[in-house]
Amino acid sequence: MEKDIIRVRNLTKKFGDFVANDQLTFEVKKGEIFGFLGANGAGKTTAIRMLCGLSKPTSGEMEVAGFDAYTQTESIKKNIGYMSQKFSLYDDLTIWENIRFFGGIYGLSRSAIRDRSKEMLTRLGIVNLSNRLIRDIPPGWKQKIAFSVAILHKPQIVFLDEPTGGVDPVTRRQFWDLIYEAIDQGITVFVTTHYMDEAEYCHRLSMMVNGRIVALDSPEALKQRFGSISMNDVFVQLARTGEKSS
Amino acid sequence: MRTLIFLLQKEFIQIFRNRTMLPIIFLMPIVQLVILVYAATLEMKDIRFSVVDLDQTEQSRGVWQRFEASPFFHLNSFHSSEKRAMQDFYEGTADLLIIIPSGFEQSFYRNEPLSVQILVNAINGLTAGLSSSYATQILLSVNQDLPLRLYAAQSGSQLKQIEITRRFWFNSSLNFKHYMVPGILVILVTVIGMFLSAINIVREKELGTMEQINVSPIGKVQFILGKLIPFIIIALFELALGLGIGKLLFDIPLRGSLWLLFSFAFLYLLLVIGFGLLLSTHSRTQQQVMFMSFFFLLVFILMSGIFTPVETMPDWARKVNYLNPFAYFMKVNRMILLKGSSIVDLWRDFLTIGLYAFLVLSLAILTYRKRA
Repeated sequence: MEKDIIRVRNLTKKFGDFVANDQLTFEVKKGEIFGFLGANGAGKTTAIRMLCGLSKPTSGEMEVAGFDAYTQTESIKKNIGYMSQKFSLYDDLTIWENIRFFGGIYGLSRSAIRDRSKEMLTRLGIVNLSNRLIRDIPPGWKQKIAFSVAILHKPQIVFLDEPTGGVDPVTRRQFWDLIYEAIDQGITVFVTTHYMDEAEYCHRLSMMVNGRIVALDSPEALKQRFGSISMNDVFVQLARTGEKSS
Repeated sequence: MRTLIFLLQKEFIQIFRNRTMLPIIFLMPIVQLVILVYAATLEMKDIRFSVVDLDQTEQSRGVWQRFEASPFFHLNSFHSSEKRAMQDFYEGTADLLIIIPSGFEQSFYRNEPLSVQILVNAINGLTAGLSSSYATQILLSVNQDLPLRLYAAQSGSQLKQIEITRRFWFNSSLNFKHYMVPGILVILVTVIGMFLSAINIVREKELGTMEQINVSPIGKVQFILGKLIPFIIIALFELALGLGIGKLLFDIPLRGSLWLLFSFAFLYLLLVIGFGLLLSTHSRTQQQVMFMSFFFLLVFILMSGIFTPVETMPDWARKVNYLNPFAYFMKVNRMILLKGSSIVDLWRDFLTIGLYAFLVLSLAILTYRKRA
């Protein structure tokens, strides 16, 4: 956990007069779970979209997996995985067809696709469901499958944009087991969330209020600094100061 | 290349799995072709006419009986005055009135100028024009026969006359269906190609899968080709299906080379589907893209010369048609099928559509942004 895999300096995104991200500066270390925490509209999704190359920054520097995010977006795309709150597997394809398609467009060989898909389905315990259409799969399962597909090509970093939205706590816990397995494989995880229990699972957290990073540290250190016992407390305190300042 | 194969595989699975799209793709053209070709005919049959015969003689009967004998006209009723007969117009039971003045036969034997009045219901200008031209032809033939009949009545023997025979080239029986089938085929192929492609990308945007594609290393060219190729194949299949139906049901002539026809169709589809994809990449919702493509389709179809000949359009409209892909395919399709035209006659159209397609596709690829 030494090398920085993401380096961001004064990253700013404006939509007209509205400043969605204001001078963000942070690093993400290789192999860690980096959490982006904030209320709805705090600017988490805007930031993650810029990091994935879906949206162009207004100003600032940004480096992902050693590539410059302005000039080398296509190289970045080969090295990242992405899963968004808007569920994004093909509804009208089966689990296997989705795996084959996404494996294929990331350049995996047919045999690699077969092997990894078998391994993945076994790990999730759904080998018998591989010919089921995604639309017939319960939401909780869909999210686990979507995550597994997002890391099928073994990216260096995976970006998760509120991956567990609308999911019950038990499934959420299971989802995080998958994230820890990904960490064991050496994949760095960048996750946005507004669930405080999830915040506790992260190695380091950055708290966003109104487009700005107001705190960045490990959950333990943050709780200590604010003298609270839960992340919930920390979050509420920070959100209040943010409201006053704006 | 490998990426493209995975894209195509996925696209075809989705198309053939869609239970609502399949009938639209394969059944709709058959139904449309059959219905439209039978319905959209410019031949008029059953023009209903009423007669006001104020002369009531052998010669005056001779006039309206000619109408009755024609397959296009159908006798509605007799009236004793023009005023009464007008009532048929108001009630909509007659399309045409024939008024023969009294003293018609008398003038005939005295070899004086004869007159017959024809009134046409012209609410629909097109049908009015047709019925009046049919009526004029019948009256002309009556006219031609007059001296013969006068001579025959006076001398009891026949007179010789020049006989005019006409032959219509390329569609010798003036079969309207032979003219319409190629035109309607163009519409079918275009509608299928353009709508399917236009909706496709927008649908991925709405479902959120587009984002997943955009964060992947798929190239722009691969992406557009992956969307283009399936719809070209489907539309070409559609064309083959339509030609088959046209041959079986309407016995349309296939005089020119089918290779030539399909080569042109291929270029044309590159253009039309490329245009659909262009609209699609720049729309956010299916609604938007539907209205946009509907707008273009309507203008293109109505100006293309399928129903009204391009030659009769005003100058500016003909100039606009230089940009109308429909007009080219409409023309080329009819020329190859009905006339048997070869590349010698058509190379200009091939070149124009080829360049046009290249332009639109480049635009579609260049303006497709993986990031906003």
